[in-house]
Amino acid sequence: MKKLSIKAKGAILSLMILIVALLIWHIATVPKVVVNPVTASGSSEYQALMGQGSGGVTVEKSGFPSLTQIGETFYKQLSHPFYDNGPNDKGIGIQLAYSLGRVALGFLLAMLVAIPFGFLIGMSPLAYEAFNPFIQILKPISPLAWMPIALYTIKDSSISGIFVIFICSVWPMLLNTAFGVANVRKELLNVTKTLEVSPLRKAFLVILPAAAPTILTGMRISMGIAWLVIVAAEMLVGGTGIGYFLWNEWNNLSLSSVIFAIIMIGVVGMLLDLAFARLQKMVSYAD
Amino acid sequence: MQTDNTFLKVENLSKSYKLDAPPVFEGINFEIERGEFICIIGHSGCGKTTILNVLAGLEDATGGYAYMTGREIKGPSLDRGVVFQGHALMPWMTTMQNVAFAVKSKFPDWSKQKIAEHSKKYLAMVGLVNAENKKPSELSGGMKQRVGIARAFAIEPKMLLLDEPFGALDALTRGVIQDELLKICGETQQTVFMITHDVDEAVLLADKIMLMSNGPNARIAEIVVNTLPKDRKRASLHRDPMYYPMRNHLVDFLVNRSKDLQVKGSAGELDGYQPIIVRPGIDTPITQ
Repeated sequence: MKKLSIKAKGAILSLMILIVALLIWHIATVPKVVVNPVTASGSSEYQALMGQGSGGVTVEKSGFPSLTQIGETFYKQLSHPFYDNGPNDKGIGIQLAYSLGRVALGFLLAMLVAIPFGFLIGMSPLAYEAFNPFIQILKPISPLAWMPIALYTIKDSSISGIFVIFICSVWPMLLNTAFGVANVRKELLNVTKTLEVSPLRKAFLVILPAAAPTILTGMRISMGIAWLVIVAAEMLVGGTGIGYFLWNEWNNLSLSSVIFAIIMIGVVGMLLDLAFARLQKMVSYAD
Repeated sequence: MQTDNTFLKVENLSKSYKLDAPPVFEGINFEIERGEFICIIGHSGCGKTTILNVLAGLEDATGGYAYMTGREIKGPSLDRGVVFQGHALMPWMTTMQNVAFAVKSKFPDWSKQKIAEHSKKYLAMVGLVNAENKKPSELSGGMKQRVGIARAFAIEPKMLLLDEPFGALDALTRGVIQDELLKICGETQQTVFMITHDVDEAVLLADKIMLMSNGPNARIAEIVVNTLPKDRKRASLHRDPMYYPMRNHLVDFLVNRSKDLQVKGSAGELDGYQPIIVRPGIDTPITQ
């Protein structure tokens, strides 16, 4: 027999775990047939009114969606991802696009602030000491705690969502940039000194590439947090986005749509992380 | 006295890192002439690297002055090329890019093509044309150090400072690169200041060898003039009649005499000390 690689074996095992999990799900949600004990003695008219008149045997459906229902939801949602039937009924593609757009905007703004600012803090020990207390206090604040202030000052729910993304992605990027810049090997800086390299060339050709792997790690962490936060923020703010979609489906008591949304959130999050892992690989170097 | 040939002059240089501790070195006086190859030897902790960094302009001395071509050294300059102990190549750049980065720094107005040609010339000089597109992580230790040497030469500095460049290399590789360095310096008449721990390396490469006493309170104890002929070769070095007097003198210093000055120096008996100039085998009787 041919030997399989660890990767192939892992894939087979993953598939098996998935099948087992789905099987458990299926068994747990299979409709139960119950013989109603009341039937024998009680008034059949009353039972007929209650919709239980069919010979004293009822089929008790599980409240949790079964696999077939989930499958139907997936099929329905994914076959028309971009339909738009008004404010409360949009396809999953549109909702995801709204969420991704907000994340992209907030993240981009955070980059524009965090990377230059992180550079400054990393280059100057004085700036580091001066700003560090503020960063340390602001960093652990849950981004959603900013929501009331954002809503009050900005007075626009959509922009407030972007602001929340900005505030949550700014810290990891800022700290990682500062750390990466501050820890560029002294030898390399000495080389640039002896070569009398201009500050701008030094920043872009030496410090930036040297710190790039660390900066990208910060960006990857930020993106992970931003994607976590956008769902919660959209639940609060409402209107559009995958978080709102999820909350709306909960209000519709459509659990299968909720599950569908959860899985979509996971898939998109994974793809985002993979993209950043790619970028990270591109800028990393072997010492 | 400053003669016409004096290229680099160091006066009463000292360095202390803490105010309450004795200085690492003090009263350092020496001169280097144009085209000379100087090696400096001493035990760890005597401040050799600090002196080199002061000459490079990367570190400030606590007291004293260093002049190059009559002007005081303040801060780094493209006039002095440095080869660092740990090669210090940019790991994300290829061999070629590393050298070209230095060339571009020295000659910002040159065209891309001219920079590339110039860089290639110096890579060829250290025998690395075939590795121009490799990253430092793909090179062996010896090759990395060669790139460092090519980079330092490529900016055509007036003076080359080498901080124990071959310390981390195996003996065979070291020998090969020593030969290359000797050849290149012979061709370019480069003025070189080099730190080494290896007595044989110093005898092979240097015109003059400066011996430092132990730190703290380290000084340049002796300046040993290399009495071997200028065209010395690694292969025939040990057959030269001057080789053993030379080598013995240096080893003797490191083993026996390097502590003497430290005792006198910390007692403050060495103010205005000037290093003794020695020609082993000529001034001293050949003992063996």
